[in-house]
Amino acid sequence: MRPSIAKKIAIALLGWGIAIVMFFPIFWMFITGFKSEVDAVSTPPHLFFHPTLQSYAEVQSRANYWLFAMNSVIISVGGTVLALLLAIPAAYVMAFFPTHRTRGTLLWMLSTKMLPPVGVLIPIYLILRATGLLDTRTGLVLIYMLMNLPIVVWMLFTFFKEVPREILEAGRMDGAGRMGELRHVLMPLSLPGIASTGLLSLILCWNEAFWSLNLTSSRAAPLTAFIASFSSPEGLFFAKLSAASTLAVAPILIFGWLSQRQLVRGLTFGAVK
Amino acid sequence: MSTTIATPTPGRRFARKTSRSGVTLPLIAPAVVILLIWSIVPLVMTLWYSFQHYNLVDPTQTGFAGFDNYQYLLTDPDFWSSLINTLILVGGVLLITVCGGTLLAVLYDQDFFGRGVARLLVIAPFFVMPTVSALVWKNLMLHPIYGVVSSLLRGVGITPVDWFSQVPLLTVVGIVSWEWLPFAVLILLTAVQSLDHEQREAARMDGAGAIASFFYITLPHLRRAIGVVVMIEMIFLLTIFAEIIVTTSGGPGVATTNLAFLIYARALLQFDVGGGSAGGVIAIILANIVAFFLVRSFARNLEV
Repeated sequence: MRPSIAKKIAIALLGWGIAIVMFFPIFWMFITGFKSEVDAVSTPPHLFFHPTLQSYAEVQSRANYWLFAMNSVIISVGGTVLALLLAIPAAYVMAFFPTHRTRGTLLWMLSTKMLPPVGVLIPIYLILRATGLLDTRTGLVLIYMLMNLPIVVWMLFTFFKEVPREILEAGRMDGAGRMGELRHVLMPLSLPGIASTGLLSLILCWNEAFWSLNLTSSRAAPLTAFIASFSSPEGLFFAKLSAASTLAVAPILIFGWLSQRQLVRGLTFGAVK
Repeated sequence: MSTTIATPTPGRRFARKTSRSGVTLPLIAPAVVILLIWSIVPLVMTLWYSFQHYNLVDPTQTGFAGFDNYQYLLTDPDFWSSLINTLILVGGVLLITVCGGTLLAVLYDQDFFGRGVARLLVIAPFFVMPTVSALVWKNLMLHPIYGVVSSLLRGVGITPVDWFSQVPLLTVVGIVSWEWLPFAVLILLTAVQSLDHEQREAARMDGAGAIASFFYITLPHLRRAIGVVVMIEMIFLLTIFAEIIVTTSGGPGVATTNLAFLIYARALLQFDVGGGSAGGVIAIILANIVAFFLVRSFARNLEV
């Protein structure tokens, strides 16, 4: 039984219609960035207009985009790499040498993720201030590492569980120690899983807006703070806001699109085989 | 040597155990210890402050406060409304994203022209940072005069609504759902695709309609994936902050103040560290109750 042509067309229309509605705010943000401020607030809104780079120039002259972007890259990559370094050995042990405590440890790790950051903001703020880490990239790298560690351990654990034990045991026969086994056998085998874990961690760090807004002011401020500085209305600001938003979102959106296939494998936490 | 032969079992078991933990412990300890510190030190400090009179702008008020901060908080109607707002926010977004995500996953599993591109467009909002989503929706989409939605409404003859003052909480639920629907679609679509097509074909042969096969085959198959969506979303939805501070700052009044925002307002806007910390402790207790039930139901699916 083949679905009728009419049904196929209906599905295509529905699929595209929903896709366009979901994407519309991003599309509109993108084109508004190329409008003049007057065009941006014309009613009814125009889809066709004289494109201009004026807003991008003004955004750049008000706040140095590259500085914020650099902070975002360093903090996200730093936090992700540190979390992976700590999590890979831990997940390896839990996946291949489970004890009666393993299950409890895993669940406890996940439950630490449910603590609202705002509940511990004050102590963290005071600790960072006392150690001179307030408004530094190092401070945020550490926070992001801690923030993502539970999820990173979990995802790696589910990936490592998929690697057949026999392969590791064969390596052990050849005299590889624990570290050798981990580095030369397990890591190459589960590279796709490690990659998708890293990708998710990068995206979470890049978009994180609670710690970055409360723990940085100027030197270490990432793109979330850059955007926040364009959020208060001063006269006409729609085009500038859109240009700044596009600049902040574009790198991670393109990155996410390119890696979505990889990413999905990691997100499912082993629920989908 | 004779002793080891005399008592082989306990001795060997002990030796094996120590050697095993001796090798694995250094690998697992750093992650566990660092998380332990991260989850305990700030918690203890928060607990300490919550029993202190500590106001950043009023240095005369110091010392042990007993349960004053808690009593003040628990008798404050704002606290209870923030609790209800948190529930509505989490519940509303979960309902929309899980139901919508399931339907969209089935839709995007169908073959149609340009499906790959359409999928990319649908999942895009997940990658947009919450601050940007909130700003774009607040200004470009929902602004009562210049927003696209308002223009569309005027175009069909309806007076535009001032979303953030007339239906503030629902509007925030809508924006957050827009951010998280793609996540649900991503995961549930992968799950739907892993469904055995022969099984569905067989059901169709047996005369099951599209709706019957959705309820009896697709939905049971998605159970675990839906569990994952609920758990991950819950982690992030309980602590929603950026969307609220950017769009409404908790207002009008306290209409969109959730627990996270209430604590922020107490501690950093009213400089009441003691009161804010008491709120933090309550939030942590509530999160643990939720975590307990979630994690327990999730643990059933966990093979260790």
